[in-house]
Amino acid sequence: MKVLVPVKRVIDYNIKPRVKADGSGVETAGVKMSMNPFDEIAVEEAVRLKEKGVVSEIVAVSIGEPKAQDTLRTAMAMGADRSILVETDVVTEPLSVAKVLKALVEKEKPDLIILGKQAIDDDMNATGQMLAGLLGRPQATFASRVEVADGAVTVTREIDGGSQTVKLALPAIITADLRLNEPRYASLPNIMKARKKPMEKITPADLGVDMTPRLSVVSVAEPPERKAGIKLDSAAELVSRLRNEAKVI
Amino acid sequence: MTVLVYLDHEGGAIRQASRSAIAAASQLGDVDVLVTGPDAADAAKSAAAIPGVKKVLQVTDTTGSSELAEPVAALLADLASGYSHILAASSATAKNVLPRTAALLDVQPIPDIVAINDADTFVRPIYAGSALATVKSADAKKIITVRASSFDPVASEGGNAVIEDVALPAGPGGSTFVATELSKSERPELESARVVVSGGNGMLNEENFKLLEPLADRLGAAIGASRAAVDKGFVSNEYQVGQTGKIVAPELYIAMGISGQIQHLAGMKDSKVIVAVNKDPEAPIFQVADYGIVGDLFTILPQLEAELDKAG
Ligand SMILES: Cc1cc2nc3c(=O)[nH]c(=O)nc-3n(C[C@H](O)[C@H](O)[C@H](O)COP(=O)(O)OP(=O)(O)OC[C@H]3O[C@@H](n4cnc5c(N)ncnc54)[C@H](O)[C@@H]3O)c2cc1C
Repeated sequence: MKVLVPVKRVIDYNIKPRVKADGSGVETAGVKMSMNPFDEIAVEEAVRLKEKGVVSEIVAVSIGEPKAQDTLRTAMAMGADRSILVETDVVTEPLSVAKVLKALVEKEKPDLIILGKQAIDDDMNATGQMLAGLLGRPQATFASRVEVADGAVTVTREIDGGSQTVKLALPAIITADLRLNEPRYASLPNIMKARKKPMEKITPADLGVDMTPRLSVVSVAEPPERKAGIKLDSAAELVSRLRNEAKVI
Repeated sequence: MTVLVYLDHEGGAIRQASRSAIAAASQLGDVDVLVTGPDAADAAKSAAAIPGVKKVLQVTDTTGSSELAEPVAALLADLASGYSHILAASSATAKNVLPRTAALLDVQPIPDIVAINDADTFVRPIYAGSALATVKSADAKKIITVRASSFDPVASEGGNAVIEDVALPAGPGGSTFVATELSKSERPELESARVVVSGGNGMLNEENFKLLEPLADRLGAAIGASRAAVDKGFVSNEYQVGQTGKIVAPELYIAMGISGQIQHLAGMKDSKVIVAVNKDPEAPIFQVADYGIVGDLFTILPQLEAELDKAG
């Protein structure tokens, strides 16, 4: 069984993003970049399925600037067997990315596609669902548990009031939530090995995909800043302030 | 322009977040709504009473199909021809279904909007709310989810809309609904509660986390949690507040033993009043808290309860 895992290069989650002075976007130059945390979980899940003997090959794919190859190397250091970089300097949107992935799925014919549920830069939470829609294949988003057996995958999903279980025929699309697993750190020997694993480079045009964004950014601004308030010495003072000053209780 | 709003309901009662989505939709045009599920008939009655709603489309389904993204996304795509915009509150259900609908219509969705500038232009948070992006859509149809805390919900009574039955298409197949497990709680819903009491890693374990209940009882509060508290199993995932959990904006948010990482702040920093109790005076939560107490929460919790019990 073959798994395709798309990964995105984003600003590291520990870094506080800064809005550019001209309001055109968020500063990425000179900022530490890492694999989107939800994509790490997706890669980890694929690697665990391989370790269990369910999966035989893991293909990582990234769509973006040439530097996204660092992210693909990380995926291969974690256990992906090979990777595909779809190079573009156009802003990637879930719709265009889903179109690229659809073309790759038609070529690679994976049985499972595991994505992160959301990229922590644009916070769209859409690519997996859109890929599933374009392919006309079943989807299980926000997965907290994945079990593959007898040509189907049973997924427990996080929903608003609790959890839901669905069973999907393969090929299927899964998006990973935080609690699916805890991704491993790539070991030094595995990082070295990853350098020799194959990476194919193509462009969206090779796949016949038009990347033109549908959303144009009018402006990007800092949200209104919240000011730090005051420190109080006792529970009595807090209750009194909440009653008499803030009037919220 | 007519806008279709896909509503969330619980046992026939329309969720407050969905009434916020209707408020957003009313800024764009006339509003029709869609309700699905085994108790869609009850939900349709509640929806028809919402002022401003013109027509309610109902799908009564007892097979579990309406719990699945595939047929519901197909239904919304079929209905789309009559509408300029399709909206829903940013619930787990809408996030599951609407992007799929958008793909079927060759549209880039616009998730989690907090403001509407015009029929094509919307404001949405990015980078866990570290920035607000104003985006303009070139798509003929817009598929949008709405951050409920940014739009005051419309009233639940006073309207008189017509109700129409629609059928759920089969969809592409391949997916089967197995089960839903909902956790039961007598407390107000986290996303619409007036007061939220949240606990973090500082609560130390599942047993201690329950110590928040007497405080929440006194305040009529919902209980929330940081991801650390959820990951360590103090409470289940639906309690998580933050970038990847629930977004709340209550009158009063009390953070007990929560450090205040950006991913947590993303879910609560629009609260009217924020209180933080933390033993670390440098904890980032104090940078957004209106009132802070530096100290051991296990000492302060019972004191707070005692103070609240005194006549106000
Ligand atoms: C992709 C991604 C998404 C995320 N999404 C979310 C999200 O949606 N929501 C979320 O919350 N987090 C999220 N996180 C995690 C986030 O980065 C933090 O790890 C998490 O919020 C920390 O939780 P905490 O504050 O409870 O724990 P900690 O950071 O461990 O803080 C515990 C605090 O308790 C205090 N404390 C300990 N004991 C006591 C005591 N006896 N009395 C008083 N104070 C005490 C400590 O001083 C400390 O400040 C996400 C992370 C990633 C990478």
